[in-house]
Amino acid sequence: MGFLYYLNYTFIQRAYLAGSFVAALCAMLGLFLVLRKLSLIGDGLSHVSFGAIALGLFLGLYPFYVAIPLVLAASFFILKLTEKAKMYGDAAIGIVSSLSIAGGVILAGMSKGFNVDLFSYLFGNILSISKQEVYLSLGLSLAVLALILLLYNDLFSATFDEEYARITGIKTGRINMILTSLTAVTVVLAVKVVGVMLVSALLIMPAVTALQIARRFKAAMLIAISVAVISVLGGITVSLFLDLPPGATIVMLNVIIFAAILSSKRYF
Amino acid sequence: MASVLSVQNLFFSYGPVEVLSDVSFDVEKGDYIGLAGPNGAGKTTLVKTILGLSEKSKGAIKLFGRELKSFDGWDRIGYLSQRVTAFNPLFPASVKEVVGLGLLSQKKFPKRFTEPDSVKIRQSLELMGIADLGDKPVSDLSGGQQQRAFLARALVSDPELLILDEPGTALDQPSREDFFEFIKKLNQDKGITIILITHDTAQIGQYANKLLYVDKKVVFYGSFSDFCKSTEMHQYFGHFSQHLICHQHS
Repeated sequence: MGFLYYLNYTFIQRAYLAGSFVAALCAMLGLFLVLRKLSLIGDGLSHVSFGAIALGLFLGLYPFYVAIPLVLAASFFILKLTEKAKMYGDAAIGIVSSLSIAGGVILAGMSKGFNVDLFSYLFGNILSISKQEVYLSLGLSLAVLALILLLYNDLFSATFDEEYARITGIKTGRINMILTSLTAVTVVLAVKVVGVMLVSALLIMPAVTALQIARRFKAAMLIAISVAVISVLGGITVSLFLDLPPGATIVMLNVIIFAAILSSKRYF
Repeated sequence: MASVLSVQNLFFSYGPVEVLSDVSFDVEKGDYIGLAGPNGAGKTTLVKTILGLSEKSKGAIKLFGRELKSFDGWDRIGYLSQRVTAFNPLFPASVKEVVGLGLLSQKKFPKRFTEPDSVKIRQSLELMGIADLGDKPVSDLSGGQQQRAFLARALVSDPELLILDEPGTALDQPSREDFFEFIKKLNQDKGITIILITHDTAQIGQYANKLLYVDKKVVFYGSFSDFCKSTEMHQYFGHFSQHLICHQHS
């Protein structure tokens, strides 16, 4: 069976399309998060989405309708904990993350029958992505791109030196909130692509790969997006041919590209 | 003389620990103030409070005659932080891009850079003698070159007040003296008001015309000649230290 044969299937077309947009989204946001040393917020929020999806399944609701507001609320809670409770971001992420996992596991324990569905969210299933989710990922990608273009210099300044950015009149609190809420929604979408366990890889890997070679911020963003999209397209294709789980294959491809670039730096 | 900065009855605490207590002073246009004091005296906290970075304070602060809360002329102030070279070394930014950040306070949404901005950035780099480094990633620069790049960022908006927090720490002794000399020239030739934080009271005496010595409260504020004549300061610092500071100043 050739590649074109697979492309005849709508669910595969949707996987390529939505996966590419979600990957590009993660790459754009991941670059800011990595440079601000907030990489693990993606990991923490993906755990929150696990708890939220469990709640959605428990209540018999479409899981994303529950996950998006809950993960958004958790992202604000992490920000507030960091600001108000004399706590470093990683500790705040740890608290919210473990609370959500514990909640999710308790709900799974109390339920009878949705554990199989919940398991699919743990490792993702991009091939089952719905039309609605494709539109959501497309719309969100365009919104993030527009925001980055409009707020480029503010985001650049606040990421490079937050204290100085405040002195130049940039509302860094607002910038942090925008960045965190966009990350929250992106994480929920990315759960469908690679699963709760591997979301942080989509946020971190393309960014750290780009930072190995880029000498300008804009170049880093373009490289990160390219690495992310190539990994998703390549990962889905390889998984189809070799009958591997797509989420894990996407992440492995990301790691291979990172390792290749890291080792090639020695020769150039 | 026009008032550049007025601080009245300023108090600041970190929880139960009082860092600044009833601090009051005025800075006039053209002053070059050495802000000195021992470690933990509240020098950096004072400057951060003046710049609106530490909000939980009591007291009145006016910048160029306007209350801090309503002040929006941040392009009139240049700031070089103590931790300026502690940026993320992975950040892929060129020297020009970093210097350009100093112009954002003048810009309105969506804050796009223009051709005149490029000219200002180039002029600021030329002033600091690093015009040839403009396209280099800032993380590739040496500590001294980075210090110059960040000072270029502080100067690019043609500020009337320049606040420098221990700018000599990343520099060796000869470079530090050159740097302080350069700041003195900015004060004399361009009329920029300077507040320079240092814990080296003796060295700042060579360059500044006023000394603001704080140790949680204002211990001394005035000209160096008043400081040298003060019997109160003689008792506070001891004869040897006062003599050392005054000798350097003269």
